[in-house]
Amino acid sequence: MNPRYFFKCCLTMMIITAFFCSFQAVFASTPENGEEALGRKLAKQAVKGSKRWSTTNHTKAAALNKNFTSGEEITKACISCHSEAATQFHKTIHWTWLASGDKSDMRYGKAGHSVNNFCISGNAMEDKGCLKCHTSWNKKGTNGEVNCLKCHNSSGFNFIEAFDDIKAFSEDTDPDTKAMVSDIQQEIKEAITQVTFPTRKNCGDCHFKGGGGDGVKHGDLDTSLTKPNRMLDVHMGTDGKNFSCTRCHTTVDHNIAGRIYTNPAVETRKSLIEDDLAPKITCVSCHSSEPHKTDSKMNDHTDVVSCQACHIPKFARVNPTKMWWDWSKAGKLKEGKPYHEEGPYGKNVYKSIKGEFKWEKNVVPEYFWFNGSLTSTTADDVIDPAQIVKVSHPVGDKTDPEARIFPFKIHRGKQPYDKVNKKLLAPMLSGENGYWTTFDMNDAIEHGNKALGIPYSGEFDYVETTYAFPITHMVAPKENALNCTQCHIRENSRLANITGLYMPGRDKSNLFDTIGWISVIGALAGVLLHGLGRFFTRNGKES
Amino acid sequence: MEATKTIKIYLYTRYERFWHWLQAFMIISLIVTGLEIHGTYKLFGFQTAVDIHNFVGLSWLILFAFFVFWLFTTGEWKQYLYYSWGIFQGKPHPVQKAKGAKHNPLQRLTYLGISAMLLPMQMVTGLLYYLYNDIPQILPLSVLAVIHTVIALFLLNFLIIHLYMTTTGHSIFSHIAGMITGWEEIYETTKIADWETQATKKE
Repeated sequence: MNPRYFFKCCLTMMIITAFFCSFQAVFASTPENGEEALGRKLAKQAVKGSKRWSTTNHTKAAALNKNFTSGEEITKACISCHSEAATQFHKTIHWTWLASGDKSDMRYGKAGHSVNNFCISGNAMEDKGCLKCHTSWNKKGTNGEVNCLKCHNSSGFNFIEAFDDIKAFSEDTDPDTKAMVSDIQQEIKEAITQVTFPTRKNCGDCHFKGGGGDGVKHGDLDTSLTKPNRMLDVHMGTDGKNFSCTRCHTTVDHNIAGRIYTNPAVETRKSLIEDDLAPKITCVSCHSSEPHKTDSKMNDHTDVVSCQACHIPKFARVNPTKMWWDWSKAGKLKEGKPYHEEGPYGKNVYKSIKGEFKWEKNVVPEYFWFNGSLTSTTADDVIDPAQIVKVSHPVGDKTDPEARIFPFKIHRGKQPYDKVNKKLLAPMLSGENGYWTTFDMNDAIEHGNKALGIPYSGEFDYVETTYAFPITHMVAPKENALNCTQCHIRENSRLANITGLYMPGRDKSNLFDTIGWISVIGALAGVLLHGLGRFFTRNGKES
Repeated sequence: MEATKTIKIYLYTRYERFWHWLQAFMIISLIVTGLEIHGTYKLFGFQTAVDIHNFVGLSWLILFAFFVFWLFTTGEWKQYLYYSWGIFQGKPHPVQKAKGAKHNPLQRLTYLGISAMLLPMQMVTGLLYYLYNDIPQILPLSVLAVIHTVIALFLLNFLIIHLYMTTTGHSIFSHIAGMITGWEEIYETTKIADWETQATKKE
């Protein structure tokens, strides 16, 4: 063979082989090995040396070394050193329960006109049942003293019960009782010094049990997060990073970062490289806006899709969450007495005092455009009872540069509304005039709306409502993130209802697809007919 | 027609054959993976399909640059000019070589339409689609995607007809054989101009 020809052949073969081999390179580069994703690298740097330290040892604090007889006394002791703590705290939503922080603007907040479709309203702090979760001593609300220990004590000790006992025994002169009282006093003294930054349990005592029980409200916040593993929450997992809530919910003057009613948690997503004192409340803070490996298609998604959308594939993965609450079924009695019925997951599906419930576990979120704000229908807003009322709903669309496709828990239910004034109503639930005592909804509404200062016509009916919770906790390890075809698929796409963008795999143009396929089928048919023609005419030849 | 003697002519150079089959392979894999991305069926899995599609598409662009380079350095581009304009004016063939007679006029127009319109459109829309997040968004993704899809289907249409036409030679596989070996059998009586045959007729 001609050597030059042989050389050319070899060269061609090499080029072809190289071409096919390069496929291998593409597919081999996708798995874990090699370069670390930028988002991981940055986040690991950001949490280095996370050990907290303090210049104070509270067991040596003189102000705490005494016998306390009430919660208020403890608060005074705290303030004797932390002089501005209570003043700061009085201005926060944790104290006022008003989004504005100011009693002159009652529009949004538990203590304001806000309602939900769980226990509906806080009735301007008149419904004392709600105040169990207020950060004051003895359910006194904003008239009381701040209970610092609620968030800053890790002992788990029940101070309120202890003080009640001391009070009950104070008149008793029996030496045994006195000994017992001094024991309790000693226990208080020991518990008090266990001062801490808020732990998951401190926050969780209220936030895991919002709506009156474990996992009722949020779906991504329940007692399973007190000691989660990393499969449940990759950041908080005790076998992983073991983050406390305050690791991301950073604080300035006792104001804790996070969404407040209609206000977004942050106006814009900024990484700590852009602003080292920015709240760490967004994923971008630590992971940057291009967190995936260089050239990963995923990085092209981050201007449209929130991190949560793919990285929280399901919520309520350990404990079930409430998905439906029908107040119109409340009030049925058995032999004149309230009762309850247990259903799946050992959860109540009916309670005379509250109505009918549905619980779900491993719930697939619903997705909406979300710029961080939520609309909020208050007890003072006019509604259209012919429609399902969106008590709370995400704001945003494709044209909003801050909006991302975000996962939500949508809690559905039926709740009372004013047939004449066309407003949602706020029945009083606990207390002697509350529905849970009287089982008289009309009367409960009278009292509840009076507390809010919103007139009630006297005629009510039930309307179906929805309430939206952004899903942002329970971030799964990356191997459990969604794959492409959960969304990029024609049927049953998770993003089926998302408008404003074209998604390969989900979308097509019916008109142009039809034109294209007709041309393809036309070609096939033509070729087939022509081929048959040739076969039967034997290409026009005589045999 | 009485049985005629066939002769072999060297119709396609090694480069042209290599380019043809590489292109065939790439177009077919692009159609197969493209339709999966479009949601028509499931085969490789969405992510793999996207990876293959991007890789082959970009490879094609790079190879196409080489092809254009070849066209200009060899002077083959003159044929395209002739087919698209001069041929209608009855002008003589610009390149006085037999390789110019590869195709009949209908084939010439078809291939011109494919290579001058559909393929460049597909490359441009494909590239804009690929770079959608990195460059100013001239066209919305929906428009790009719809154009890209409908042209893909037109190319599939072409592919079907093209495959069928290869069977219409003097024997079913003679055209395909020609594209593999470069040598194609034709009837000796086929009337071809002098300038088309001189150099290629096998002695």
